[in-house]
Amino acid sequence: MPATDTSALLSIRSVTKRFGRTTVLRGLSLDVAEREFLTVLGESGSGKTTLLRLIAGFEPLDSGEIWMAGERLDTLPPYRRNVNTVFQQYALFPHLDCFENVAYGLRVRGVPKTEIEARVQDALAMVKMTSWTRSLPAKISGGQQQRVALARALVNRPRLLLLDEPLSALDANLRRQMQTELKSLQREVGISFVFVTHDQEEAMAISDRIALMRAGTLEQVASPEEIYARPKTAYAASFIGQTNLLHGQVQGGRAVVGSWEWPCSQPDGPATFSLRPENLLLASQEQPGNGVVRLHARVHDQVFQGAARIVRLQCEEVTLTARVPASEELRENEIFVFSPDDAVPVKDHHAGGQQE
Amino acid sequence: MYTRTYKTAVAVPPLLWVSTFLLLAYLLLFLHSFWSVQDGQIVHHWSLSNYRTLATQPLYLEVLWRSTKIAGAVTLLSLALGYPLAYYLSFYSRRKMLLYQLVIIPLWVSYLVRAYAWKTILGSDGVLNTLLQYVHLTDAPVSALLYSPFAVILTLTHIYTPFAFLPIFAALEHIPRHLVESSSDLGASPRQTFWRVVMPLSLPGVIAGATFAFVLSLGDFLAPLLVGGSSGIMISNVVVSLFGAAYDWPLGAAVSLAMLLLVLLLLWLTESLEKRWSHA
Repeated sequence: MPATDTSALLSIRSVTKRFGRTTVLRGLSLDVAEREFLTVLGESGSGKTTLLRLIAGFEPLDSGEIWMAGERLDTLPPYRRNVNTVFQQYALFPHLDCFENVAYGLRVRGVPKTEIEARVQDALAMVKMTSWTRSLPAKISGGQQQRVALARALVNRPRLLLLDEPLSALDANLRRQMQTELKSLQREVGISFVFVTHDQEEAMAISDRIALMRAGTLEQVASPEEIYARPKTAYAASFIGQTNLLHGQVQGGRAVVGSWEWPCSQPDGPATFSLRPENLLLASQEQPGNGVVRLHARVHDQVFQGAARIVRLQCEEVTLTARVPASEELRENEIFVFSPDDAVPVKDHHAGGQQE
Repeated sequence: MYTRTYKTAVAVPPLLWVSTFLLLAYLLLFLHSFWSVQDGQIVHHWSLSNYRTLATQPLYLEVLWRSTKIAGAVTLLSLALGYPLAYYLSFYSRRKMLLYQLVIIPLWVSYLVRAYAWKTILGSDGVLNTLLQYVHLTDAPVSALLYSPFAVILTLTHIYTPFAFLPIFAALEHIPRHLVESSSDLGASPRQTFWRVVMPLSLPGVIAGATFAFVLSLGDFLAPLLVGGSSGIMISNVVVSLFGAAYDWPLGAAVSLAMLLLVLLLLWLTESLEKRWSHA
């Protein structure tokens, strides 16, 4: 569920960043709410890590402003920002044991010794690392280092925690486990998380909202459910989950793709529609009828996936992907149907489709 | 896998080399230190008399102590010059490799030339004295510049600073930059980051650099010979004269072994320090 608090904690306003002649961020604006888990999702080179580094203060911006809780943030050096970062490479201090790593932020701020002791123990307990208090980082596993890095950031009670692909170095199982833990930890401490990843499944699993980035701009910012069900662009539709992109026309309130037609409220002109594989149904599964679009398909090949089968279909000139229950026996020629509601009109920068 | 013959063929020459020119040489030195000289002949009578001389004659201990002090001063100065330079180059310089080369290039110039250069700078008719008189800071040449421990320290510092610089620079280059960012992120000012992260992580390099500067300048004999004068004599000069003009090889051997012991002690100390500070 999206965060209910509407006041923005962090406000990024028309931020532009260049490295030499390359523009990495192009006038990007984004708000992060209190207690929100926001994921910045994008391919490598989309500028997502740069965005994080600007918030943390490791890079200066070329133009624009960043505000946090009503105060200008981008003019402060990193050590004066009430923001902490969990780095991709963990960045634990190799010469300090786990306790001292976690205590670091408190020590440099001159927190009294007795308080440091208590807070560090609490933080280590929160990430279940109390047994490794006196271990050096080199002596513990990657997953454990990750936990210590998390404790080291959270012990300072920042308003905002930045996480730069923190799980990318972990193996798949540990990764899923850490996703769940991160999510519940975030609920527990009640601070905003800005989480950077290139993994769309991870983004879907843990976020309140996803900010999808592409080439230095935001493609779409929405909850995982919304971005999956109502992607705004062809890129968003195909980056998040699998999809079929149908290229056609809208003419007088009807969408036309090849010989298929359905009612559509979009303005006239070329159009692209996103149709998720699970929304392409076998006609035999469906009650015959109301306004569904029927396709005659030749079944190309099938990939068995346990509960479902991923099927490639040849329908007229287009190849489509469908997802059918594994129990269905498919013949060489089948009739598939989809509901017009599931064909979501999307902006397609490449096909010259709907443009703003 | 390599054959046995191949392994033997590869291993034997260096082993022979090391045993002949290092182990055998040390053995001879060790044996000599228990012998003595009578009527210009080395006699093979075992005694500790050389070591007794070493311990009782203030000259040897004094020179050894002076050499240690000079080497210590050179070490401190080399670190004081080398560390900031290495730090600046590694963290802030945009022309890192160019400046690095500029530090390295003097190493390609003959040691003798560099030591001799100081003689022409510091001498009575030297560059420095001429300048001082030209700007009327002094009326007569300052003779204390040359032929003094000061001149030795200056020359040795010039020669050995690159040796201190190199390992420090290497250690600084190995510090992952995200550790510095991480420190700043956790609220540490640049000064705190330096003392709590950069300095501790560069200590192995500092120790290595200090060891180089100390050991090399402790055993140096050219700089004191060229610019040291009688007040700047160091222990190696004593060894040279004992083996040469004085023809007292046994005593020279004893002095050499005393030095060797000092250096081994130091190496053992730095190694244990390094072990304590390594985090792997």
